[in-house]
Amino acid sequence: METFLHVLLILVQSVALLVALLVFIAYILLADRKVWAAVQMRRGPNVVGPFGLLQSFADLLKFVLKEPVIPAGSNKIVFLLAPLATCFLALAAWAVIPLADGWAIADLNVGVLYVFAISSLGVYGVIMGGWASNSKYPFLSALRAAAQMVSYEVSIGFVIITVLLCVGSLNLSDIVRAQDTGLGLLGWYWLPLFPMFVIFFISALAETNRPPFDLVEAESELVAGFMTEYGSTPYLLFMLGEYVAILTMCSLTTILFLGGWLSPIPFIPFTWVPGVIWFVLKMSLVFFMFAMVKAFVPRYRYDQLMRLGWKVFLPISLFMVVAVAGVLQFTGWAPG
Amino acid sequence: MTLPAIFFYLFASVTVASGLMVISSKNAVHSVLFLILAFVNAAGLFVLMGAEFLAMILVVVYVGAVAVLFMFVTMMLDVDYAELREGFLQYLPVGVLVGLVMLAELVLVVGGWTAAGSLPVTQARAPIPTDVTNAEAIGRVLYTDYLLLFQAAGLVLLTAMIGAIVLTLRERRLDVKRQDITVQNTRRPSEAIEVVTPPTGQGIAEGGGVR
Repeated sequence: METFLHVLLILVQSVALLVALLVFIAYILLADRKVWAAVQMRRGPNVVGPFGLLQSFADLLKFVLKEPVIPAGSNKIVFLLAPLATCFLALAAWAVIPLADGWAIADLNVGVLYVFAISSLGVYGVIMGGWASNSKYPFLSALRAAAQMVSYEVSIGFVIITVLLCVGSLNLSDIVRAQDTGLGLLGWYWLPLFPMFVIFFISALAETNRPPFDLVEAESELVAGFMTEYGSTPYLLFMLGEYVAILTMCSLTTILFLGGWLSPIPFIPFTWVPGVIWFVLKMSLVFFMFAMVKAFVPRYRYDQLMRLGWKVFLPISLFMVVAVAGVLQFTGWAPG
Repeated sequence: MTLPAIFFYLFASVTVASGLMVISSKNAVHSVLFLILAFVNAAGLFVLMGAEFLAMILVVVYVGAVAVLFMFVTMMLDVDYAELREGFLQYLPVGVLVGLVMLAELVLVVGGWTAAGSLPVTQARAPIPTDVTNAEAIGRVLYTDYLLLFQAAGLVLLTAMIGAIVLTLRERRLDVKRQDITVQNTRRPSEAIEVVTPPTGQGIAEGGGVR
């Protein structure tokens, strides 16, 4: 009976998180388009609902009600498995993200590794979709995706290692607690590890195929990349998975560098605000930066992308791992 | 049946089934996909044993990187499967022999624990420490107890990596124009652009030809 209640509780928590996440995604998608429009001095979506607030729901209905088209030459099972895998993996990462103190569905000891592992699986949706479409441009896109996402994972891994060196634990909640130094904003890791913060942000853009690194779906070269042959609900799942993965990266940035649920100003009126509000605010801030980068940075060429990943970020992050480890060891600040 | 037992049988049976599918499926890409499924389920088995760090590392390294490269290569292969299957009977005796030897060895090793009561069989496993976390226990073994062996293994891998790079390195053609990022970034408008104000109706003929 106790096991059953426990499982039921987890189920209820998961459904609540899922619904909240999907509604949040609907508005983050709208915000993305609005920011992009504002930078280009357009209005963006403004027809459905007041200020276009219901635009994402209208899009959802449109995608769901359309007829799915499966190309005759495609590998049908893999073709349909790819969007499902993308969406499922992106959502699975949220099981360990602590939205506030103790608000994670599963407070794993190896939480940060879990998120890293799940996000590294995201590439399979792209590869499977590109291969199963049995078409030239999706296939090229799949090849690009495989190389791009594997390259940037390396530097993300090293950035995570430097943070872990300072924390001494792989638990996401412990990472946030380690930043609670009483200094508020100035005690978080973005300040001492500023170069790594920048590298992590840029690598997160590349890992989630956001502009300026959206070579996987570069429309001037590859039509729509691996999504070319997709329509209706499968396409919706790809889109949803992509935005959930982006939010995961935003929340990971928040946890690793921006103090998670902690209040930026450690005084009484601000510390009364629930942690989840701070978390969502910080996540939205990081997403705003994602949206702005999309609006004003031109797309990279593929060889420039590879050069940036392997010849710039990898040496810098490798050096920083050694430097941070050395500083922690010789000053005696190393935890535990 | 308890919950861990249910999950054990689930993960174990899926691992074995997908392992079988890896060698029996006709499409190489499907084989790789089943291999990934086997890896993920093996990671699930690790979690059940309490080795969550190993499980995550298995997923990150094997599924997230190695299998991606496998997939990358098999996707681009243009294999004629009928031709591939032609020599099947020819290699069958050798294959069966190797399989039998492996099976016999496995039976000897696994059966040795119970059958050979008099033989001193040392179980090849260290006790799982209960006072430290997984990552810490592995770190202690790798970086404290067996540091030299670990570094030797690293050197072997480094050698293999350099070998692979040397094998695939080609001489660069010298007549190809290449980009130098530092040169590009140090270019200034003053050396790259020239502003001319041509007089009306005369054009800019000096210097020979139209610019």
